[in-house]
Formats: sequence, structure tokens, C-alpha cells
Amino acid sequence: MNKQHIEIRTDKTMTNFPVEKIRADFPILAELIRNKPLIYLDNAATCQKPQAVIDSIVQLYSHDYANVHRGVHTLSVRSTDKFEGARTKVKNFINAANEKEIIFVKGATEAINLVAQTYGKANIKAGDEILITAMEHHSNIVPWQILCEQTGAILKVAPINLQGELIFDEFEKLISDKTRLVSVVHMSNALGTINPVKKIIAAAHAQGVPVLLDGAQAIPHMPIDVQDLECDFYAFSGHKLYAPTGVGVLYGKQALLEAMPPYQGGGDMIRKVTFQETEYNVLPYKFEAGTPDIAGVVGLGAALDYLNDIGMANIAAYEGELLAYATEKARHIKGLRIIGEASQKGAILGFVVDRIHPHDIGTMLDSLGIAVRAGHHCAMPVMDFFEVPATARASFAMYNTKSEINVLMTGIASLIEVFG
Amino acid sequence: MFNDLRDLYQEVIFDHNRNPRNFRVIENADRQVEGFNPLCGDKLTLFLKMNGNVITDASFQGSGCAISTASVSLMTEIVKGKTEQEAEELFKKFHEMTTGKDEEINLEAVGKLAVLAGVREYPARVKCATLAWHTLDAALKNEQKPVSTE
Repeated sequence: MNKQHIEIRTDKTMTNFPVEKIRADFPILAELIRNKPLIYLDNAATCQKPQAVIDSIVQLYSHDYANVHRGVHTLSVRSTDKFEGARTKVKNFINAANEKEIIFVKGATEAINLVAQTYGKANIKAGDEILITAMEHHSNIVPWQILCEQTGAILKVAPINLQGELIFDEFEKLISDKTRLVSVVHMSNALGTINPVKKIIAAAHAQGVPVLLDGAQAIPHMPIDVQDLECDFYAFSGHKLYAPTGVGVLYGKQALLEAMPPYQGGGDMIRKVTFQETEYNVLPYKFEAGTPDIAGVVGLGAALDYLNDIGMANIAAYEGELLAYATEKARHIKGLRIIGEASQKGAILGFVVDRIHPHDIGTMLDSLGIAVRAGHHCAMPVMDFFEVPATARASFAMYNTKSEINVLMTGIASLIEVFG
Repeated sequence: MFNDLRDLYQEVIFDHNRNPRNFRVIENADRQVEGFNPLCGDKLTLFLKMNGNVITDASFQGSGCAISTASVSLMTEIVKGKTEQEAEELFKKFHEMTTGKDEEINLEAVGKLAVLAGVREYPARVKCATLAWHTLDAALKNEQKPVSTE
């Protein structure tokens, strides 16, 4: 048991969340950074992997690996079973109606690009409108700008207020008879804002407009039920969900996916090929051309098993406590300004400090073993809105503790002193 | 608490960050170029007044981290009175100091710019220190378009 594990006991949380046990499952948390115990608070960029996920990949490559959907030989069958088993786990995790609605992609970015280049190209034409919000990550802006360039469609942006919340009335007003798609972030990576997605979806559906939710940030922090949300598409990445990089998921309602043209051509996405014509494969394979990231998908399945054992509702409650604790501490630091104070927030604390650039904050905290992100967080329009060049961001995961937050806050207070 | 960082954040750097030198606009500047680091949002505009090939005045505007602010502040001081060739030579030596191999470093050749040598140990911060010099290089070559570190 390392020093951090002992310190946790001095800062008990309200819940009986098994954070010590969870920490022991993540080997990287024992790492020393610049001779200090790692305090990893860059989880919104990517989060660390539990031993169960690492082991699942080692097990696959050591004992079960071959290409999927290809051969009759034993290893291909084993690999395929694990791969398709993971698809069922994803289906259950987000409560999709069936496995055909689960498309494996590289990540949330590819999922959004897929929808833009298939659903978008088939259904959106010159003069049509696509509606997003002012708090989107670049990955939910640029694919639509590309589509608008290709089709002559128009990108509309619903505004946010100074707390970093969507101005819902303005959003609703922007839904018109020209709107063909609403694409909004479920939880903002720069601000932590959790959008009122059920209200957004109801308003869009009232006008017959489908909704894509960018769930890259939301999914590690709360239970997701796509049928309850009634969203038409849901995009997320594995690597922010304790799974490996290189794998993500596009959920789509089956009827929409059936009607969409394929994304990329290649192996696995076809049923029959001649030089005259090609018959596409059924869902979900129609959208999965080429050999997929088999190990990534298997690792994602292992991550979901791990998360189910802990319970997403428990994780949400624990992280809510961490965020409230960190926010309260941060408010007491003179010269620190929190960027993003929505009433509904996930475990992200964006901030700036008077006269100290976020990169200096990042380097100074790194010398204490603390990993935070400094920069524009791929959300330059958000930075422009708050009139800051960049922010520092501490983003929390289920393995973080209040004692780590204490070290962070002491570090910030000290660096303010040093800068004078 | 931050003892490990003393090589990077020397007192001279804090001083130039708090009170940047030549932080002003030169009206009717002979050269004016923007520098931009899209990764961190550092932005600066460099102004030069020339007499023939001699830099008679240098100033800047913009915002950035302590390293980039100190770097451009020090640069505007040191290049005043230098010829274009001398300034380019200094840029080369500064570049070697921040990114080159150990045996190439000649701290004496760069004078007080040596306080920025610490960035060598922080690869993520090298561009903060070199942005000013790349912008100067573009200004001396009379390039009009903004300089980007990426």
C-alpha cells in the first residue's frame, strides 16, 4: 500500500465508494512522476486503464487471437466470439435495442464523421440547416463544416451563457423547417456542462429533426440509456471509458442506419462483390469495412465489465462529491476563476489564474506529479467566448481522491505565490 | 515547493513576465509580423524599426506564458542595434541552445538569453521560447504572413 492509499483515510468521502480498491486496479497510479506520486487529473483527455483491461488484451494476443468473421478455424471463432461478445456488452451498457445498432469505429470523432458523410450526404442539401451549440468540441464542429462545404448546407450555432450553459430558448428558436439534424455535446469537455439532452431531443423531435449526441465526455461519468434518451445517434470513444485507444462506438437507431449509405468500402462490409456491382452486408457490418481494432474492442468489453461491477450510478455519485469538493476549494483561492459553472456539471474543473498562463500552471503542477491539461481543449470557440487564450483543466475520474485534490489546490496556491 | 523548476523558471524570467520590456507598438514600424502558437494560444506581434540593415528599435504586443513573454521581452532588448546578420546568427545560437545537442551549446555566445536554456529539459515548452525568434526570423526575411509554431 503506497502513501496515497494511507492519506485517503484522512479524507473520508460520504459514500462507501471503494476508491482504494479501484486505485489498486490501475497499475499506472503507482508511478512516480518527477519523484512524486502521480496525481492524474487529465481524465477528460484520456483516462488510465485497469489491470482487467490490460489483461484482456494480453489474453487475446496470447491465446485467442486471429481475424474475425473470416475463418472456420478455432482461433478465428474464439476471436469472433470475444469481438461480438463485446458488442453485446456495449449494447447492454447503453441499453440499445439490439446489436445491429452498435457500430465499432475509431472513436467519437470517426462516429460523428461517419454520420456526416453518410446520413448527412444522403439527407442534407443546399440551404438545409445543421444545428450545434457554442460549447462543441472541434470534432462536433468541423465534420459539419466539411459537410456544409460539400452540400451548401448552413451550420447554425446555439449560444451559451456566462455560466457555460446552453441558452435553451435560443436553441429552440433556431430549430426551423430547414433544420435537418441537431448535433450536440452531452457533456462539455472544456466546461463540464451537462446539457439538458432530453429537452433538446424532445424539442428537435417535435419538429421531426433527428439528434446526434456527442457522448465522449458523458459516458465515463453517468449511466447512459439511449432508449430512454430517445437520441437518434450516440457517439463515444473507448479510451475515455477506461478502454484502449483506437476504438469507439456509433450507436444509431436501426431504421436510420438501415437507410444510410455505407461509410467506407472494403472487406467485411460486403455480402457479394462482382466487378459490375456490390451488395452490402447487413448491419452493423455495413459500416465496418476492413479488419477492425479487435484488441481494442475486446478491451472495451473488459472495461464495461469492470465498470458494471462498480456501477455507473455509484461512479456518478462519487465523482459528484469530488467535483463539489474541488469547486469549493478552488473558490477560496484568490485570483482563480472557474471557467464553466453550469448548474448541471460533470467532474471537470476548468480554470484560469490572474496573470499566470495555463501552460505555466501545467508545467508547475507537473513538477509536483500532477497531470492537468493546459490549452484550448479542442474547443477554441469556447475559449473565444470566455475571452481567454486557454484554460487549465483538472478532470476527475473514479480513482481520484479528495487528498489528491488537496495537493492540487495547495500546488495552485503556492504557484500563485511564486509568480508574485 | 517548486525547487525542481528553478532551472526553467529563473528569477529573470519572472521579472520579464511581470514587467515585459518593449511592450508597446512602434508606429510606422518597418516590419510587423504576427507569431502564433496554436497549441497554447500564445500570440504576439513583433514590430521592428530598421535603418538600412540595422535594427534600431524592436517591440511587441500580445499575450503568452511566462517563458514566451520573457523570451520575446529579452529578444527585443538584445537585438536592438544589431544588424540583420547578427540577429540571424543569434537566432541560430538560441535555437541550438534550446533544441540542439549538448556539445553544440555555447551559453556565452547568447549572453543573457542563457536564462532560457532550461527549456531544453522540457520539450513541451521549447516552442514557447522559440516563438519570438521564429517571428523575428520571418520579420527579417520580410515575410508578411503570420508565423505559426505548428
